[in-house]
Amino acid sequence: MTPDSNEDQRVSKIIVVTSGKGGVGKTTSAAAISAALAKRGHKTVVIDFDVGLRNLDMIMGCERRVVFDFINVIQGEARLKQALIKDKRLDTLSVLPTSQTRDKDALTTEGVEKVLAELREEFDYIICDSPAGIERGAQLAMYFADEAIVVTNPEVSSVRDSDRVLGLLASKTKRAEEGGEPIKAQVLLTRYDSARIKKGEMMSLEDVLEILAVPLLGIIPESTAVLRASNVGVPVVLDEPSNASAAYEDAVARLLGDKVDMRIEDEKRPGFFNRLFGRSA
Amino acid sequence: MKKFGFGLWPRKQSSGQTAKERLQILLAHERGSSAEAPDFLPQLQRDILEVVRRHMQIDNDAVDVRMERGDDFSSLEINIELPAKRVPPQGVPRRR
Repeated sequence: MTPDSNEDQRVSKIIVVTSGKGGVGKTTSAAAISAALAKRGHKTVVIDFDVGLRNLDMIMGCERRVVFDFINVIQGEARLKQALIKDKRLDTLSVLPTSQTRDKDALTTEGVEKVLAELREEFDYIICDSPAGIERGAQLAMYFADEAIVVTNPEVSSVRDSDRVLGLLASKTKRAEEGGEPIKAQVLLTRYDSARIKKGEMMSLEDVLEILAVPLLGIIPESTAVLRASNVGVPVVLDEPSNASAAYEDAVARLLGDKVDMRIEDEKRPGFFNRLFGRSA
Repeated sequence: MKKFGFGLWPRKQSSGQTAKERLQILLAHERGSSAEAPDFLPQLQRDILEVVRRHMQIDNDAVDVRMERGDDFSSLEINIELPAKRVPPQGVPRRR
């Protein structure tokens, strides 16, 4: 539980959660990964870059507490401290919501850089939840990143879009432009449905990795726990134990450099007794 | 399965129902105010700062605005931090 960071010499990491395609699980993953990092004692902030279509606040369950946002801070209308929402479950976790009323043009490279620099002083991990697509919002979410998590479903359009995003990570980011060390990109395979993969209806893990040729961070099984968690506004790793939450915990352990075997756990079909007395989804 | 036969069983609201209620509260707020008057809070904060300053010296960041949206009512919490009393410098006689 002891964070390996040092107050005086904080080495913070900016990690972008991106995908190109929408609906693959970026926000769910950003919320789960941030919460899992915070649970381990790392000071973590998760930022919503999807200006105009804010949703991270709902997934984190803090939608009623948004007063100021990322855009207010960029435009000098509020201080960063006022816009950050402290999570009520974990005191190491904060959310920086985005604006619901402005558009992506409100994001400026200088503004984002300034806010990230300020966050680096206080947090160990800065998780950037990218919007779908590859336009301004998505480009700025990845621009200052040290690492990238590319969320991919075992499905053709998602894999194709992930490939495109991997190309952008290698060319249209600060590290790429300055010729620094390339962004460390890893694939997070979500909505993995073993039954359908066995039947040959979906691409296998091997297929996806062969095409994308980047390391695998984790495999998140298709799970009812994910929808349940979003319904109640709790990151999946802070909700009731599930195969999805275990998979996110494993992915975060790998993100921190631990060696954890990949396991693909299918969702257990509830037995008769559970169906009678168990809690509903 | 839960619809019948378990009247005495402690019933927990389904997560789908929770989702609906959360959205209804949120959308009621978003459809109402923010569409017509987006981001009035920064202006409100500036106004408060200005009014208070007519009467006392406070810092630029002394005003803190928080909001909690609820089903029945929402609350706006405004905290204004006042400067600590200055300790008179040594050797200067205190005026009465």
